[in-house]
Amino acid sequence: MMMGKMNARFRPRLAGAALSMLFLAGSPALADTPADTLVQAWAIDDTITLDPAESFELSPAEFIGNAYDMLVRLDIDDTTKVKPGIAESWEISDDGLTYTFKLKPGIKFASGNPITAEDVAWSFERVVKLDKSPAFILTQFGLTGDNVTEKAKAVDEGTFVLTVDKPYAPSFVLNCLTATVGAVLDKKLVMEHAEAKTPSDDYKYDTDFGYAWMKTNYAGSGPFKIRDWRANELVVLERNDNYYGEKPALARVIYRHVKESATQRLMLEAGDVDVARNLEPGDLEAVQKNADLASTSAPKGTVYYISLNQKNENLAKPEVREAFKYLVDYDAIGATLIKGIGEIHQTYQVKGVLGALDSNPYKFDVAKAKELLEKAGLKDGFSVTFDVRNTQPVTGIAESFQQTAGQAGVKIEIIPGDGKQTLTKYRARNHDMYIGQWGMDYWDPNTNADAFTSNPDNSDDAAVKSLAWRNAWDIPELTKQVQAALLERDNDKRAEMYQKLQQEALDTSPFVMIFQQIEVAGLRGNVKNYRLGPSFDSNPLAPVSKE
Amino acid sequence: MSSTETQMPARRASRRALPILKSVAGFVAIVATTYLGLLAVTFFIGRVVPIDPVLAIVGDRAPAHVVERVRQEMGLNLPYYQQFVLYVKGVLQGDFGTSVLTTNPVMTDIRRVFPATMELATAGTIIGAAFGIPLGVLAAVKRGSIADQIVRILGLIGYSVPIFWLGLLALLVFYARLGWTSGPGRIDVVYEYSFTPVTGFYLIDAVINRDWAAFRDIFSHIILPASLLGYFSLAYISRMTRSFMLNELSQEYIVAARAKGLSETRIIWGHALRNAAVPLVTVIALSYAGLLEGSVLTETVFAWPGLGLYITNSLQNADMNAVLGGTIIIGSVFIAINLFSDVLYRMLDPRTRN
Repeated sequence: MMMGKMNARFRPRLAGAALSMLFLAGSPALADTPADTLVQAWAIDDTITLDPAESFELSPAEFIGNAYDMLVRLDIDDTTKVKPGIAESWEISDDGLTYTFKLKPGIKFASGNPITAEDVAWSFERVVKLDKSPAFILTQFGLTGDNVTEKAKAVDEGTFVLTVDKPYAPSFVLNCLTATVGAVLDKKLVMEHAEAKTPSDDYKYDTDFGYAWMKTNYAGSGPFKIRDWRANELVVLERNDNYYGEKPALARVIYRHVKESATQRLMLEAGDVDVARNLEPGDLEAVQKNADLASTSAPKGTVYYISLNQKNENLAKPEVREAFKYLVDYDAIGATLIKGIGEIHQTYQVKGVLGALDSNPYKFDVAKAKELLEKAGLKDGFSVTFDVRNTQPVTGIAESFQQTAGQAGVKIEIIPGDGKQTLTKYRARNHDMYIGQWGMDYWDPNTNADAFTSNPDNSDDAAVKSLAWRNAWDIPELTKQVQAALLERDNDKRAEMYQKLQQEALDTSPFVMIFQQIEVAGLRGNVKNYRLGPSFDSNPLAPVSKE
Repeated sequence: MSSTETQMPARRASRRALPILKSVAGFVAIVATTYLGLLAVTFFIGRVVPIDPVLAIVGDRAPAHVVERVRQEMGLNLPYYQQFVLYVKGVLQGDFGTSVLTTNPVMTDIRRVFPATMELATAGTIIGAAFGIPLGVLAAVKRGSIADQIVRILGLIGYSVPIFWLGLLALLVFYARLGWTSGPGRIDVVYEYSFTPVTGFYLIDAVINRDWAAFRDIFSHIILPASLLGYFSLAYISRMTRSFMLNELSQEYIVAARAKGLSETRIIWGHALRNAAVPLVTVIALSYAGLLEGSVLTETVFAWPGLGLYITNSLQNADMNAVLGGTIIIGSVFIAINLFSDVLYRMLDPRTRN
């Protein structure tokens, strides 16, 4: 009786509470982003600096590529060529050592300062003297802290001359200059923020060249300005009204850091973002089926591969290397795990770069692999470990390979790990097998040839630690061929040399190449002219508009 | 005679002051040891993690001489104990180092991410307590009834369903399908420029700025993740409330109160719950502290720029300054909340005052 009385009072209280919860949740969501603003959802946590002299990651390449300009730019309509950037034209001397660039007249930085050859020369000097990760792209032409002011020089206001140490293939030099490290900085603006330094043995200069300031600030001349960067949160680009080329239609591009593919898809469907950049196959499919949405894609300069450490005596046998190339179920992986985000690609040069070999000869063939293993004296198979980082699609590919290799008697033990953890082990050559991805350092075949088929010194304390070195693949002959291709000034001959190198790698290398990455973006239907280029610094935002 | 008489009160006073001094000194010693232990353990775990911290700064593609130079700049070539001593020295001077990933001083980062987490955790705890306590009381009063069973099942689901899944489901239903709430993030892009954070607690900032449109937007962003966290603490709080209440309701003073003819509402809310509130405070405080650590999965799903995400991301990149700074903050939060619940305990329970 008493309990009954209590309940009568208690019940409305609960009902009220439940109702108020509904009201709280009931405020309507705001739809659609502003018409002059493009909002992109993208995992941008790899951005650690905005300084072109130091930045070497994927997402900042896109910011820098749109906010800065280089002497020459990659032509995304024909990716084996370059087109004018800040330079209007260029000439190469007969001995192949001197490059003379004529600058476009009357152009300005976003700050309003004029762009002169002095800015170009100083930008080169800054990169070489700061000597951060991507500096080698310029220093490989023989530039050093001591000679850079002589070798990279402004002869007058509108003429910049670069002198290289060897008669390199011109395509190689020009391709390298399209990299973000070749960005031209506003000397006057940056030096206003430079800090004085006390020269020491490690650092010989009395200024930091604005290094501290440039980490988070902007001094460029591209179609957009970088207005704001909050690590792991957002990046805001704003139209540069001083841009000398055609002005962008958008006033603003905002990148929001969203890591989850499913979350990105929901935000795209709800109209909270205009572009979703990290869609996994399942979410991508849903986006493609949605009538309000669209998608675009482009093959990127990144390849995924399984590598076999030649320090392991079983993996060092040529027959085993070949057998493993028959043990990947390429068709199944292509149809499921990497559907829409990658395509099967068995050579190490990416599609679209000069001299890329288009050849996928290997098919999944257990019988053939068994035959090869028997020839290697491993009729009953063997056991081997496999370091795999915990992200898709590599985990899925590794598991698929574990299963298909098992059919030929190869027992694979997968050692899962975080990305940086497996990479640390790989870099120390302590793995048996490793599944990795390799992004080109700059848009030229030399970067991948140098990584996969060059190993000048296979000793443990070598100065140059290429991917071939990491897998202890000792290849003096191929290393020489890579060096020769670098000096071949005839473009067709140069392309042929790279094709030969790829064929050799296809036949004998310890690299089981799996696929080339395709970058996809899910788009709202009203986004126009959104294109992805072959590299992240060539994803152009200037032509994009919204209806 | 006279000398002893005059000394007496003084001695009495010192006898009274001594225990207080002792307990304060003891407390400081405990806190200092806790911090030092916390630092040492985190520091050495960070150093034995098989990740090369230089990698996070220079990337995989840097040439060997750059890697070596950065290693020296970071002092990683020194023996571990020297690195630790250097670090503790810095901390004592208020310098927690610079985060490799964000390039900001660690404290600047934490000042930015911690309010995000705290705001979410506070909202979550309020929701959890506001619903968890009445549900727990209901379950205890109607023990064995259908209502009790429902509360139990609710709690079980809250405990066992992965928050990641539930978060996505909630987004799918309330944000994508029904459009009742805003999506991931703390605030809509349209407010990104008009809205200026003051305290870092966006709801409070919106009130300070008298920006009611922004307030609505922020509210509609926080309600979903906060309800989710609230649901999880509700699961815990309602179970604990139920068992505390059952314990109180079986006491003799309840029988006495009923015999006196007090109304059942008064007995339950005024007497039983009041006594159950004492241990309940600790439960709520602990669950609050748990949420303040930052719920990594919730923060990931809702793209919430909070502490959990910050520390996890830093850990994965061996950004040890950031991890250590975050750990110290979490340690401080636990100590502070323990202290706070101690004080509350004393206020609620007169017996603990002496």
